[in-house]
Formats: sequence, structure tokens, C-alpha cells
Amino acid sequence: MNIIALIKQVPDTAQLSGTVNGLALMEDGSPRIVNPWDEYTLETAIQLKEAHNGHITVLCMGKPEAEEALKTSLAMGADEAILVSDPAFENSDSLTTARVLVAAIQKIGDFDIIVAGRSAIDGNTAATPVQVAALLDLPPISFVAELKEVDPQAKTISAVRLLDNGRETVSSQLPALISVVKEIGEPRYPSFMGIRKAAQANIPTWSLSDLGLEANQVGAAGSHVSWPRVSLPTAPEVTNEKIEGDPTEVAKILADKLIADQVI
Amino acid sequence: MDFELSEEHRMVQNMAYDFAQKEIMPIIKEHDRNHTLPVELSSKMAAQGFLAMCLPVRYGGAGMDYISMGIVSEAFEWADTSVRETLAVHLGLHTLPIFQWGTEEQKQRFLPSLATGENMACFGLTEPGAGSDVGNMNSRAHREGNHYILNGEKMWITLADVADRMMVFAKTDPEAGVRGITAFILERGWPGLTTGTIEGKLGARASNTGWINMENVSVPISHRLGEEGEGFKIAMGALDNGRFTVAAGAIGSMKFCLQESVKYATERKTFGKPIAEHQLVQQMLALMQQRIDLGELMVYKVGWMKNKGIRNTRETSMAKWYCTDAANTTANDAVQIHGAYGYSDEYHVERHLRNSKGATIYEGTSQIHQLMQAGYILEQRQDRPLRCELPAYDPDVWRAEN
Repeated sequence: MNIIALIKQVPDTAQLSGTVNGLALMEDGSPRIVNPWDEYTLETAIQLKEAHNGHITVLCMGKPEAEEALKTSLAMGADEAILVSDPAFENSDSLTTARVLVAAIQKIGDFDIIVAGRSAIDGNTAATPVQVAALLDLPPISFVAELKEVDPQAKTISAVRLLDNGRETVSSQLPALISVVKEIGEPRYPSFMGIRKAAQANIPTWSLSDLGLEANQVGAAGSHVSWPRVSLPTAPEVTNEKIEGDPTEVAKILADKLIADQVI
Repeated sequence: MDFELSEEHRMVQNMAYDFAQKEIMPIIKEHDRNHTLPVELSSKMAAQGFLAMCLPVRYGGAGMDYISMGIVSEAFEWADTSVRETLAVHLGLHTLPIFQWGTEEQKQRFLPSLATGENMACFGLTEPGAGSDVGNMNSRAHREGNHYILNGEKMWITLADVADRMMVFAKTDPEAGVRGITAFILERGWPGLTTGTIEGKLGARASNTGWINMENVSVPISHRLGEEGEGFKIAMGALDNGRFTVAAGAIGSMKFCLQESVKYATERKTFGKPIAEHQLVQQMLALMQQRIDLGELMVYKVGWMKNKGIRNTRETSMAKWYCTDAANTTANDAVQIHGAYGYSDEYHVERHLRNSKGATIYEGTSQIHQLMQAGYILEQRQDRPLRCELPAYDPDVWRAEN
């Protein structure tokens, strides 16, 4: 089974603190990590590989330092990794990013399934996976919490999607693209053997010309969406409410309020 | 001279800190409060390969180097000393001495089950009346045919009451002082061998510390490690490994304390501004970073020496002495910065303060290490070549399947 896993390297939001804000994290040189949702992507891909004697190619579009995220992917158990990187790709919106990824996927060749995370924690549009599927004319199955059945021979897949108010089971033909949520299963740690292999791996970098794209198809030139300004949110007005009464009743009222505000 | 961690080491560091964050931090406060050992962690550590990370693959190890052991020790103690102690004792003080001194038959017999965690192990050197003065130990062993009969008691032994295998030291020649000490590997369940837990420790509460009692325990000759009379050298060599993990762990503790102190100091306000803007708090933060920077240089130089097969007893002693004292001071300052909240276990820094005191005592008190260093300076102490040296790290050999 040929599996393509899409990952992204993103700012490490665990570094947010009183002295480090979100804008600082976006600057070049600040700490970067594998997009947390993509750790679930990799775990899903590895489970598929183990179940179906598969081969995983991990694909990442990013700056040269994104190679570190790909090395982590190899250490976790992916077989191959490709970095798609070119200064021309900077400031790509989600659709343009999808266009670049599609060009790379077509260059990779045959596949049975593409796995992605539900979203990236920096842009958080959750649009790129679905756009990749659309450009490849693949059925997209988003917010996958469970793979019920995957049959590479019959080319079928059945998955459970996580909805706001429940779950739904969907079936599709393969090849397909799935985006996964954390309910799919906890990602494994890279093994020591995986780390050793990953440290020695050479990861090819594909540029604009390698993908046969034109400069006006990518980056800011190819995008419909731009970000003229990124700023910190203003601190909200805070009002305090004191809930008084019997502890059991207070707990119930608090829980109801937290659910209503979608905190829990 | 390259001071950067290699790509491989950086990945080990990321993985180990991730493990510490996700597996240790969520459960450690409860275990510390209850004085219970998180036994669920041992199997996870084994599955991940930590328990034999710097052992050759052919013995069941992960084939990583000694610097990796330091990195993982640092990450574990960033979360809590207790988990680092499990690693230090099982790998550094028990498994690696067998790798260094064991016959090939002993390596094949003992190492694989230690690597998988099927057998957990401990190191029994200290006695109720012999800690720093280990040469004064009372445990005795005399030979009867193909067995030794052991009598004695060991105390303050990490994992004593849970370990399956115990490396203990007893005098086979009481008249010969330290040269009369011999090392043995005992197995739980042998007649006459009993263990128990010591309660009420100030720190390392999520670790098991206990005693081992030997009453006419019959030990087959196959379980003697090294030759008769080599026990002291074996013990001191084991401590070179254990002390390295202690020093590395102290770095992790200091990093945690600094990180928490910065977080608290930038949020907590007094007199109209964050306390991080008060100079005396800034001084404490600066000194914490200084200690971390100095300690890292020492610890990772020791790791480099171990990899090269260079004898490092002096450097390990210096790193252990400096880093443990530094960690205790750093944790004290972290509690101070946190004010009243630092005095409560609602925050983690008080646990680091309690834990860090133990490290200035075990594996050689700070005072013993000062005496050692003076001995080296005054040339009253020399490290002579050993019959069996700790093997240098050779990736081709260590990573081979056979």
C-alpha cells in the first residue's frame, strides 16, 4: 500500500509565555516543531503501513529548516521524506499550497491514500487537505477519528468522522484523502533505531522548477488570500461571576456554563 | 571543537523531553504525594528502549552512545528525579558494570532480560554503618565449593524492594580492606534474601528506596562479577556511570526550575510590575542560567570522554559535585521566586528542592567529592588502568545485530 503523509513544520506554541508572544514565535529562527495534528497523521500512516505492508512517503512544504520535521517523521517510522522548498513558495495561501503539494504528489507517482492532519496550528484554515483532494479529484474524508476498514485490494475505505454533535461513518473508494483528528490514536515516540536511520537519511528538496510550476502559480503571486497584517488579539474585557450555593449545585452550574461556552 | 549536539542527539533530546512531558509530568505529583513508585513507567521506558539505550544491539540494547544516556537523564529529571534514578540504577549502576566486567557468558545470560525490562535491577553498596566509608562494610562472603555464602545488610538502596536482580558487594577477604571486596549478582526469591522499603524520605518520594538483607544466601559462582577482590573497582566504575546520570539529571532539574521561575516571575506582579523586573529576582535568574551553562559543559564533556573510552573518574566526580550543589541552590531560589506558592506542592518547584538535596548525598557526598578532587590535585590519588575498562562507543560494533 502506498501511503503519502502530508506534514507541516510550525512555530512551537508551547514557547508562548509572558515574554514570548505569538508574533515573536512567527519570526525566523524561533523554535519549530512538527504540526501537532501531523503527529497523528504520521501515526495513522504508520498503522496503515503495519497493517498492509505499506510504504510511507512524507511530504512537507516549507523552508529548509523544515527538514528537521521530516527527519522526525522518518524516526517515527516513515520510509521516505521529501521537502518541497523554494523562496517562490513563501506567502502561499492554502489553495496555492495545495497546488504545490499536488504537483509534488503527482511527481511521486502512484498512491493508495493520502493522510493529513485536520489543520495546522499556525494558519488553522483546515482547508489545504480538502483542496489537495479537490485538485486531485479524490474523495476527501475529513476529521477522521477511526478507520473502520481499509482494503487496498478492493480499493475501499470506511471511516468514522468526528462531528460537533456526534459521529458519522462514511465509505469511499481508494485512492482517497483523509484528514485525522487526535481520536485516531496517540502518536508513538520515535524509536532509537528510527532516530539513527533518520539522522543519516538524505532528504531530497524539490524546488519550483522540479515541480514544473511557474512563479505566477505559487507564493503571493499565485494566491488569492494574503495577510497584510498579523497582530495580537486585544485582551478581552473580563467580568467575574461568583456562583454560590451547595458545592454539588455550584459544580453543575459551572459545568453547564463551561459547556455552553464550549470550553469543555 | 564542536559544542553542538549532533542531529541524532537533538532527536534523542526531543524524544526524551516529549516522553518526560507526556508520560511523567501528568502522574508524578500524585506519586510523590503518595510516596509510590510509578511502576507503569518502567514498562513504557523498557518499550521505548531507555533501559538499555547505551548497550550494544547484540545484547538487546539500542546501540546508542553515552552522551545519549546523559541527554535522557537530563530530560527525565527535568520532570522528576525518581524516574531518572530508575534509569541510573538499572542501567548505569547494574547493567553497564556487567557489560564492563562480565564474562561473555554472563553478558549473554544477564543483559538481554535487563534490556527488555523483564528483570529490573538495583545496586547494593551502602550499608547502615558504611556509606562514604564503603571499605568498612560488614557484609561477608565465603566460598563453599561452587557457591558463595553471603551475609549482611544493605541500606538506602534505590529499587531494593522491587528489583529482580541486585548487584551487591561483600568482603571475601576482610583483612584486605577495599581489596577484599567482591561483587555478586543476586536474584529475588533466593532463600535468605529479603528486602523492604524505607519510608519517610524528604525527596525522591516517587522512587523506591529500601534495604536488602542477606542471611546465608547461597550465590553460585556464575553470579560472581569479576574476580575476587575486584569488587571495589567494579563499584567505583559503576559509580562513574551513576554519577554521570546524576550530574546530567541535575541539569534537567535546573532547566525546569529556571523555566518555571521565568514563567512565574513574568506573570506575578508586585509594586505595580512583574517581579521579573526586580533586580534581585533577575540576579537569581542569571545565576541559574550560569549554573546550567557551566554544568552542561562539564556533563557533556564527561559523555564525550566515555564515548572515547577515556577514563573519566575525576571529571565525573567534579561534574556530580558541581551540578548537584548547583541544582539544590537553583531549586532553593526557584522556591524563593515563587514566594508562598513555592512552598506549596501546587507548584512543582518544591518537589525539585526536596529531590535535589538527596543528590548532594548519594553516589558520593559533596564532601567526598571535594576530598577526591584534592587528592587528584595533590597527586595523592591516581586512576590506574583497570583490568576491564568501560568499552568506548563504537557505532559499527554496537549497532551490529551480531
